[in-house]
Amino acid sequence: MFKHLPLLWANLGRKKLRTGLTLASIIVAFLLFGLMQTLRVALTGSPELAGVDRLVTIHKVAIIQPLPESYLTRIRGVEGVKVACSHDWFGGIYQNDRNQLPVIAVDVPTFFQVYNEYSLPPEQKAAWEQDRTAAIVGSAVAERFGWKIGDTVPMRSNIWTHKNDGSSVWPMKVAGIYNAGNGDNQSIYFHHEYLNESRAVGEGTVGWVVLRVNDRNRSADIARTIDGMFANSSTETKTATEKAFIQGFANQMGNIGALITAVAAAVFFTMLLVTANTMGQSIRERFSEIGVMKTLGYSNATVTGLVLGEALLVTALGAIIGLGLAALTSVGLAQALAQFFPVLGMPPSVYASGAVLVVVLGTLAAAQPCVQANRLKIVDALRKV
Amino acid sequence: MAGNSVTQVSAITSMNLRNVSQRATSSVVALVGIAGVVTVLIGVLSIAAGFRAVLTLSGAQDVAIVLRSGATDEMGSGLSQPQTRIIADSKDIARDADGAIASPELYVVVDVPLKRTATPANVPLRGVGQQAQKLRQNFRIVEGRTFTPGTFEVIAGRGASLQFAGLSVGSKLRWGTTDWTVVGIFEDRGSVAESEVWTDATVLQGAYNRGNSYQSMRVKLTSPGAFQSFKDALTSDPRLNVRLFTERDYYEQQSRTLIALVSTIGTTIAVLMGLGAVFAALNTMYSAVSTRTREIATLRALGFGSAPVVVSVLAEALLIGLIGGVIGMAISYFTFNGLRASTMNFASFSQITFAFQVTPQVLMQGLTYALALGFIGGLLPSLRAARLPITTGLREL
Repeated sequence: MFKHLPLLWANLGRKKLRTGLTLASIIVAFLLFGLMQTLRVALTGSPELAGVDRLVTIHKVAIIQPLPESYLTRIRGVEGVKVACSHDWFGGIYQNDRNQLPVIAVDVPTFFQVYNEYSLPPEQKAAWEQDRTAAIVGSAVAERFGWKIGDTVPMRSNIWTHKNDGSSVWPMKVAGIYNAGNGDNQSIYFHHEYLNESRAVGEGTVGWVVLRVNDRNRSADIARTIDGMFANSSTETKTATEKAFIQGFANQMGNIGALITAVAAAVFFTMLLVTANTMGQSIRERFSEIGVMKTLGYSNATVTGLVLGEALLVTALGAIIGLGLAALTSVGLAQALAQFFPVLGMPPSVYASGAVLVVVLGTLAAAQPCVQANRLKIVDALRKV
Repeated sequence: MAGNSVTQVSAITSMNLRNVSQRATSSVVALVGIAGVVTVLIGVLSIAAGFRAVLTLSGAQDVAIVLRSGATDEMGSGLSQPQTRIIADSKDIARDADGAIASPELYVVVDVPLKRTATPANVPLRGVGQQAQKLRQNFRIVEGRTFTPGTFEVIAGRGASLQFAGLSVGSKLRWGTTDWTVVGIFEDRGSVAESEVWTDATVLQGAYNRGNSYQSMRVKLTSPGAFQSFKDALTSDPRLNVRLFTERDYYEQQSRTLIALVSTIGTTIAVLMGLGAVFAALNTMYSAVSTRTREIATLRALGFGSAPVVVSVLAEALLIGLIGGVIGMAISYFTFNGLRASTMNFASFSQITFAFQVTPQVLMQGLTYALALGFIGGLLPSLRAARLPITTGLREL
């Protein structure tokens, strides 16, 4: 098998310009494929990154409706709930209206028990727990604004005002910079008490509750128990797994996933045509040569294999370069889109689906030339000269 | 001489175009490539055009929105009833028989399932004052009737009723502890309001425990020019702590992120796909030139200049671009134009419905791009054809 590699390679070098152009179109196709998968994952969220044992309880009508603070204690009392942490959406704005940040007030003591994949050095964690005005910020957001530990940041809220002076600025001290295993490095977390004590309205409420269960197989039961507990009260709840929650949110973005898949398919169809066309051309030009090879004793199978091998080689080369470029440029893409939403970089699954595409694309492109080469009679081929 | 070269150009070009069928496969490949690129480009541009249309349609110059100072949207804003009275008393507000044309409003979101996926989406529920309909110039009820103030009745925008389940006349919805009845469907020439569900503000205050507070106030000014004096009067009033926008500026600001996002992603995809199509076109034209090497050399030997040869190759490439472009325009027009969709508007944390708009400008952009791709794809091969030494060309098999 491998003894034919030099021959394949030499065939590619026969018309360098044509090979180059075909290769270039394949590279572009795979570059686009890589980037679009990156985007799709960024836009539709990654439910696979959700904690498998985490549930989210929100107000039944909509997440913007607050829950009474007492619900937190009652949820903690439910059998099977390991730990529960409250969240309040703060609506953070830094410097100007364009920099809207996910700033969330949480129940500090339970935060890291609920999000155990978030890492923060112990001394920073202690500093955060001790100071009511302290906040921890994601590494990406700290880097974006050049914040250092100890800085005090004038965070503005587009929702909450202080009850004493009506101001919407809530100074926060950066106590730590965290890194999250699930890629959530754009958020800022601070003390629920800090917000709750001074806000003009909404005192004694929480936005939503995130909880962890002891046994994830019992998630559905526990969700039902919690919702049942508050049924027919003035504030009913809806509890779902974090995964369903993220998925539901992604569905709200619209059919972006489907749209992106359609575009990727269009690109691939075009590239398939291009490769098939060039392959066909280069085989037709070499009919007499194939005739000579067959005269020399090359079997039909070997000749067909060579044609197929050539197509796969070009496609594989293009895929490697294209996906490599995509991995590099997705970093740039992440920066360009940082003001809109977090982009986590190219998902590793792209390489696997890329490999499958190489085989599919290469085989389909080589199909017709392979048939031609296989059927070619020596006499016909040699007559052509 | 000039007349002579024109004859030469037309002779070679027409000969060339007549035997395109000889190279049908590769020409079709380039054509399909360009058509694909144009379809995607027009699709993306029509989304941006659709958004822009919704948001600019929605914004009148002579309507002002009043929010609490520091708020960037209605959701985070808050105004007390006395404040809304002070605002309504302003001399810059237009008046009719029912008093000042002003509407204190509440803006909340409710979960309504998307028809497409049956998963819940944040649909805006707006509580409006008696005069709200006069603030939207093209507002009309197209089905059923308007809600009766003081009752748990709602009317739904046409966009919302198409995208979300259970928003048709007569259906009942349960939000919180209250049952609401949909009594009508309204239209407002496709503006943002059509993504919303409306009810009486005072009813919504009760249902959401908002006391007698509101979130925003929408007022009709006596003229667009009155905005500055209205703004100056309100911001200098010590009883108020407010921020004002004209409706147009407000929606412009809300849509900036979405439009920038769609354009950034769309342009990147279109440029990369265009690059792929250029490679396909280059391949086609190079092989077109190389299969005709002897023919071109013969023509040159007969005394044809190199300019007519260049033009003939370019003309072929441009024709491929033109046909590809027109096919792309047709496909995208029939697939996308008027297609309704909804997405999340992060500025207001709620759903906005819109329709793809394949406008003449968008179509022209697509066609221009197709021709540019054809031109680039033909330029290099045509130059190569012209530069080829005649003797080498004739010798080639």
